Amino acid sequence: MGRSYQLGLFIRGDVDVKDLHQAERFKPSATRRDFLGLAAAWSAVLAFMMAMLGAFRLPMPSVFPESDSKVKLGHPNRFEIGTSTYYPKHQLWLFRDEQGFYAISSICTHLGCVAERKENGKFDCPCHGSKFSVEGEIEGGPAPKGLLWLDLSVSPEGVLVADTLSDVNVGTRLTA
Amino acid sequence: MAGMETKSTPDKGAKPVRQVGDPGALGDFGANLLSTPRSFMRSMVRHGKPTSDRAKSQAVFGNFFLHILPVRTHVHSIKAATTLGLGVATLVLFILLCVTGILLMVYYKPSVDQAYASMLDIAHVVPSGRLMRNIHRWSAHAMVACVMLHMARAFYTSAYKGPRQFNWVIGMSLFVLTLALSFTGYLLPWDQLAYWAVTIGANIAQSPRELTDTLGITAVFDVGGMQKELLLGAHYVGQEALIRFYVLHVMVLPLVTSIMIAVHFWRIRKDGGLARPISADAVAASPIASSSGDSSPQLKTYGLMSLMKGRTPAVNLEIRNTVTTWPNVMYVIGAATMVTILAMVLLGVLFDAPLSEMANPAVPENPAKAPWYFLGLQELVSYSAFMGGVGIPAIVVLGLALVPYLDREKEDLGIWFSGRKGRRVALTSAIFSTVVVIGMLWFTVSYGWLRNWESTAHVPQIVITLLNPGTVFVVLFAVWSVITVKATSSTRMGAIALFTCFLVGFVILTYFATVHRGPNWDFYWSKAAWPVH
Ligand code: HEM
Ligand code: FES
Repeated sequence: MGRSYQLGLFIRGDVDVKDLHQAERFKPSATRRDFLGLAAAWSAVLAFMMAMLGAFRLPMPSVFPESDSKVKLGHPNRFEIGTSTYYPKHQLWLFRDEQGFYAISSICTHLGCVAERKENGKFDCPCHGSKFSVEGEIEGGPAPKGLLWLDLSVSPEGVLVADTLSDVNVGTRLTA
Repeated sequence: MAGMETKSTPDKGAKPVRQVGDPGALGDFGANLLSTPRSFMRSMVRHGKPTSDRAKSQAVFGNFFLHILPVRTHVHSIKAATTLGLGVATLVLFILLCVTGILLMVYYKPSVDQAYASMLDIAHVVPSGRLMRNIHRWSAHAMVACVMLHMARAFYTSAYKGPRQFNWVIGMSLFVLTLALSFTGYLLPWDQLAYWAVTIGANIAQSPRELTDTLGITAVFDVGGMQKELLLGAHYVGQEALIRFYVLHVMVLPLVTSIMIAVHFWRIRKDGGLARPISADAVAASPIASSSGDSSPQLKTYGLMSLMKGRTPAVNLEIRNTVTTWPNVMYVIGAATMVTILAMVLLGVLFDAPLSEMANPAVPENPAKAPWYFLGLQELVSYSAFMGGVGIPAIVVLGLALVPYLDREKEDLGIWFSGRKGRRVALTSAIFSTVVVIGMLWFTVSYGWLRNWESTAHVPQIVITLLNPGTVFVVLFAVWSVITVKATSSTRMGAIALFTCFLVGFVILTYFATVHRGPNWDFYWSKAAWPVH
């Protein structure tokens, strides 16, 4: 007599260990077992992926620390026609001409350095030499697009406000 | 009673019957106390002095830290020309970085208000703080250099070939991890250099937007923006970014790197030790083996080895060319360790790690240069961000990882450049890529690139994004390597051509951006020619 083994749910009773090598004997239930095994394995994989998704959702912020992207620039009357004002903390230029107000961000659209406004009104980026026109359009260098024109509005208390996270079409002016 | 007494035959010193006045158990205690150092030693290291082969084997086999090493090692593996000690040097640098890093953590504060001040404290107030910081900084640079050189040596000695393909891939992950460790560490001092290099890095992560913008799908599918937000936790480099980089730098990346190093070493064992030429086994007993004072090893088969596929260590004839790992390999590892540590301590004593002014988001550094190993990429990024910063690095890393699967010729394992033919291919490829890269740089410096010319100034952005001088290099290098494959009818020669081109390209771009790029990323012959502000 060979030794007998009790092998879990699928093989009941005493089984001669030699029989285990005769796969034929167990064939009928093999597909069902495969199915259950695969289902179990895949649900484990799925559960793991869901858990990972949940874990990696965490570092994606839903609220940004700078959620207050609106910058108060001052009362419109403060700015004469034909002047420009720089806000170093927010890296933006405010302009007023005959048609109204507009604000251009001096953050270079290439890789985020601060473009300098030269005497002639054009912008130059010190990092990789992107060049922008007086209106912020690309004139050279690697930047993929022109400097952003920021969304301007007037707050209820009558102060000019620029939104650093929202841009408008080039040429859009706030008429005062 | 008497039976019991004889059965429990006591130790040498103990007496079966004690009488009044005898020192007794107290005497045993005294004797035990005196011999404690010896018996403690013996409980820790079970074998005696490693003089016999058996004890030498046990010294390796029975030690937790050494048992990753085989008991006997092939003589080819411990020749200096096989590894140049670069793998061990990389490991030593990693350990050195962990030790000095933990010491720096004692004083460093990952807060935008305090980080810079704590760096100043470490440099000027903390006892031996400056030395530890210097060693940490120079070891970080050295580790990047060593990991690259180690990779080049594994490549040129064909060590990536079967059965070691997967260990090459693990090596690639270690290469990327090493760069990530450096990059995350770069921000922590919170000085101007750090701030602007990381601002640029984070915007490179955002640069897939150049593609999605062209396709007009950024609003729904903004990979670039997601990557930047994930990295910075904000739209700019601030407190959120600092704490993220800190967590990655001191915790996540070192842990992952340690695990990958363990896997890397384990695979070396399982792949049959270091790659070696077939000729290394043809020689009977080699001079090293006979001079090391080993008794001639017995031919023997290892039971478990029969479970493993492929060529296994020290089976049959190869054992003739092996020496005991203790002490022969220990000497090699010890020498590499001492040289590495000595070099780092010397650098640390002689040169201070740089620290510029405190980070100022309003004023960019000009030029804002990344650490040297990223400067080659920075040069490419200065033509277009996406291709230079994401596209080309991805192609290179992927291409390198695929090398062992594309070149499967089995000959010439463990032979530098696979012999004379390979040396010639490497040399011609080096000349070819030097001409291509220097020619291209000369061209762009003299004539500019797409945006500078009338006819191309207004080509669509997608052309500017994709047609980077780097793209030209990659295409030319690929063509060159295909030509080499055809001309030599050998994929190994093609691989040598490609790897050499990339290596030379990397070196030249790095040199060029380090020395010849100044303010506004303009070309200068030397730093002395930079305009003064
Ligand atoms: C943290 C980084 C790494 C460490 C600490 C490390 C360490 C080591 C060590 C100690 C060895 C033994 C031989 C020697 O000293 O050269 C080795 C072998 C090897 N390494 Fe690395 N390595 C690292 C990264 C890499 C990289 C980036 C690659 C390539 C992409 C690589 C590929 C290999 C290969 C293929 C071998 C087997 C060499 C042979 O069989 O001759 N490793 N590594
Ligand atoms: S960041 Fe302005 S040109 Fe690169």
